[in-house]
Amino acid sequence: MNSDKITKGVLLSVSILILMLAAGMVYSLVSGSIPAFKAFGLKFIVSGDWDPTYGHEKYGALPFIVGTMVTSIVALILCLPLSFSTSLFLGEYFKGTRVARILGLLVDLLAGIPSIVYGLWGFYVLRPWMISLGIGNQGFGIFTSSLILAIMIIPYATSLSNEIISMVPNDLKEAAYSLGATRYEVITSVIVPNARSGIVAGYILAFGRALGETMAVTMLIGNTNLVPTGLFQTGNTMASVIANQFGEADGLKLSSLIAIGLLLFVITGVVNAIGKFIIKKMS
Amino acid sequence: MVESIKTLSDQDHSAKRLFKDKFVYIGVIVLSAITISPIVLIIAKLIIKGYRQISLDFLVQNTPDSFQAMTAVANGEIIPGGIANGIVGTFVMVVLAAVIAIPVGVLTGIFLYENQGKFIANLTRNISDILQGVPSIVLGLISYLWIVKHVTNGFSALAGSVSLSIMMLPMIVRSTEETLKMIPQTLKEAALALGVPYHKVIFRVLIPTGFSGLLTGILIGISRILGETAPLMLTALGSSMINIDITKPTSAIPLLIWDFYNDPNMIGLIWSSSLLLMAIVLILNIVAKQVAAKRS
Repeated sequence: MNSDKITKGVLLSVSILILMLAAGMVYSLVSGSIPAFKAFGLKFIVSGDWDPTYGHEKYGALPFIVGTMVTSIVALILCLPLSFSTSLFLGEYFKGTRVARILGLLVDLLAGIPSIVYGLWGFYVLRPWMISLGIGNQGFGIFTSSLILAIMIIPYATSLSNEIISMVPNDLKEAAYSLGATRYEVITSVIVPNARSGIVAGYILAFGRALGETMAVTMLIGNTNLVPTGLFQTGNTMASVIANQFGEADGLKLSSLIAIGLLLFVITGVVNAIGKFIIKKMS
Repeated sequence: MVESIKTLSDQDHSAKRLFKDKFVYIGVIVLSAITISPIVLIIAKLIIKGYRQISLDFLVQNTPDSFQAMTAVANGEIIPGGIANGIVGTFVMVVLAAVIAIPVGVLTGIFLYENQGKFIANLTRNISDILQGVPSIVLGLISYLWIVKHVTNGFSALAGSVSLSIMMLPMIVRSTEETLKMIPQTLKEAALALGVPYHKVIFRVLIPTGFSGLLTGILIGISRILGETAPLMLTALGSSMINIDITKPTSAIPLLIWDFYNDPNMIGLIWSSSLLLMAIVLILNIVAKQVAAKRS
């Protein structure tokens, strides 16, 4: 009996360890970014200055917040037709066939490719294509990064919606067929309305992935610290500026980078929480 | 929904409707083909550009310096040396990360399974889900603040492992709980009815029965952290020598790829290193799928 209590205690304390881990992460990020927020106040979030000159250092996160949001939103838009078609292919048109199994396997493989390999491929293959299309800045910039991000988030966007689409009850679909609906009409009037919240949740979670991607974006976005004014401009995201500038950072600059990390942590946390909330409400 | 179907059956533009149906059908096939084209293109590129450099030396020698690589390229030779320092570093850091993450993750998964619906379990599950969404670069920052600054007083393999283990932990928690949910409740009840102590139920019944499920989760988790670069840049930093002291800066295959990318003389090594990394990740994924398939 006593040993059971010990076992239960161990299990409980290990899970409390996870809670403490999360609390510790928040604590460290907050305390690490205090110098930056003390120096710049909340203006840190809306300021576009990034001047590391010693003596009159000025840091603001706005260019990176904008960069992160724009690249991720464009990536989501680019990924939408591709991943939605793929989930229809897997979950409806070719459900349960050998072709679908192979396609599903290949899509899963996309999730297994390391970010840095995507970056290399983007740099040596995608960027020359961009140049030949006449896109400025030697093919670097927001759009090129969004394109690679779109490919990277396809498996995350596809897997959930594919699952939900294939779970739409057959009798609903058959009812529509019996009324003479074509397959396309079944999709738009039965499958999509039924699977809507699942599909939306999948895209929100994929968006959360795109927000935090680092290496591929760092290699393609051009790394300039200004608020981008167009899709083909260079820029920086919150993740890429940390990766880029961390090496030579200390003092106020380090604190500013940690503050950017904190903002990224909060933004991805909120986006993921919304996605999970929708999934939970469904089931 | 019902209304829209009704209006559809009332309409009689059959030809138009059938054409639209066909058009979407073909569109789905074309777009799906486009979706998978990057994976084919990426793997083809890695193999075509990388296979020439793969040899025994590539696996057992350290990275050459920039000058050696430059001379070799100038003479039209294959760049000498290899990435043994990265292979060993990746191995050390991934094993250490797994050693940290697996016990905590599996025990937490068991706790969640045993306490379904309780407040503390729900809280832990939600927090673990949120941890899964934290970008890897932020985990690098955390490990920098914790380990680099306070434990090893400098960049180290330990710091790299800690960031990787935080990344792996939520995946293991989730896969453990999901696996245990599929084990018939009667199995556990039978053991408890025989008076088996609780810890033996865990180690002799739950874990062995769900072993292949747990293993799948662990293998997928390892394959995800193998290719991570960003957190290691902030924690393990890199080293041109083989290093097995976990308190010292250490290299890893993805870190070396990043170094090669930044050094014009070393470009020849990029593709072979990526090919090797990709091959390891793929093999782990395939093994994980096999293990999972055996179970069902």
